[in-house]
Amino acid sequence: MPEILDRARARVLADGAGLDEAGILEVLRLPDEDLPELLQLAHDVRMKWCGPEVEVEGIVSLKTGGCPEDCHFCSQSGLFTSPVRAVWLDIPSLVEAAKQTAATGATEFCIVAAVRGPDERLMAQMREGVKAIKEAVDIQVAASLGMLTQEQVDELVAMGVHRYNHNLETCRSYFANVVTTHSWEERWGTLKMVRDSGMEVCCGGILGLGESVEQRAEFAAQLAELDPHEVPLNFLNPRPGTPLGDRPVVEGKDALRAIAAFRLAMPRTILRYAGGREITLGDLGTRDGLLGGINAVIVGNYLTTLGRPATSDLELLQELKMPVKALSATL
Amino acid sequence: MYCDRCGQAATEGDHSACAAARELEPPRFCPDCRRRMKVQVVPTGWTATCVEHGVRHS
Ligand code: SF4
Ligand SMILES: [Zn+2]
Ligand SMILES: [Zn+2]
Repeated sequence: MPEILDRARARVLADGAGLDEAGILEVLRLPDEDLPELLQLAHDVRMKWCGPEVEVEGIVSLKTGGCPEDCHFCSQSGLFTSPVRAVWLDIPSLVEAAKQTAATGATEFCIVAAVRGPDERLMAQMREGVKAIKEAVDIQVAASLGMLTQEQVDELVAMGVHRYNHNLETCRSYFANVVTTHSWEERWGTLKMVRDSGMEVCCGGILGLGESVEQRAEFAAQLAELDPHEVPLNFLNPRPGTPLGDRPVVEGKDALRAIAAFRLAMPRTILRYAGGREITLGDLGTRDGLLGGINAVIVGNYLTTLGRPATSDLELLQELKMPVKALSATL
Repeated sequence: MYCDRCGQAATEGDHSACAAARELEPPRFCPDCRRRMKVQVVPTGWTATCVEHGVRHS
């Protein structure tokens, strides 16, 4: 067995401490023949420190497209010639989406807006929308609305938003290659405010943006330092018209290695399969990830692209004997 | 008639990659007039609206 896996077994599995950046890099460099053993270890770590439950979430775009920022992977930036047009979801449709999400057994419903940060119109929609959801549906409401002011953080807490998503997207040293309209540090600032407010922090990113394997390790270590409640892992789905539209998708084995490495970096976090898993790993990949460190999924469609049907994921969870985390367990 | 993913004429060029991609994407262009449609994706489906040709959905 590779020596790094012995060390990970002692440090991460036995003691619940995450690997450091050098250890993560060693894991990311393991050859293909060690992949089954790596995934098994990541799975054991997840089972020991998180348990068998899987957190199921649905997401919806409250405001799509027309974003002033230039994240090079994003079809919702108004700065690229992407075919995605700006559109707002009305409140009855938002509530309906929350209902449909809850009907799958999901406990999390995340409301997302393509903005640099909320303006008064968006905050007003959130006030009305969150209230309407809470009156109609038994589900936890999360939000992802870009960079926040302290007042906006406080207001989201008052609305009853329990978790806030704000992805760092990639490591600090690569960020300026991906986004030029704001900085990694600005994102970090919002995350600190969210953390201090008592909301749960959800922070992850996208792999396959052109970062090196060293930078992937750097990113995992920086996330571990932040210690988020949840880490959504996306894999680039190259979008037509964006600067990264012609990039190749992440190779399936590299994606699985990264999942295991992120789990070994953060043994206790909710590690969620987010966008891009279908094109990177195909149908079988969902199973491999769930047996390699993943303990949460986004079911159904994404913000501008489609996912596989929720029923496929739910049937798989049943087959793997991984119970869907119940609402009572999340309160 | 236009490809609803790339907006080019459906009878010109090869749209097999578009068709494959459309398995995991909603349409973006109206197949009747190639206008960009307003598309809303929700967890269980999508709707796409052309100002001229109305609403399509999953
Ligand atoms: S801030 Fe969000 S919506 Fe805007 S371009 Fe970046 S990723 Fe896309
Ligand atoms: Zn086409
Ligand atoms: Zn039309």
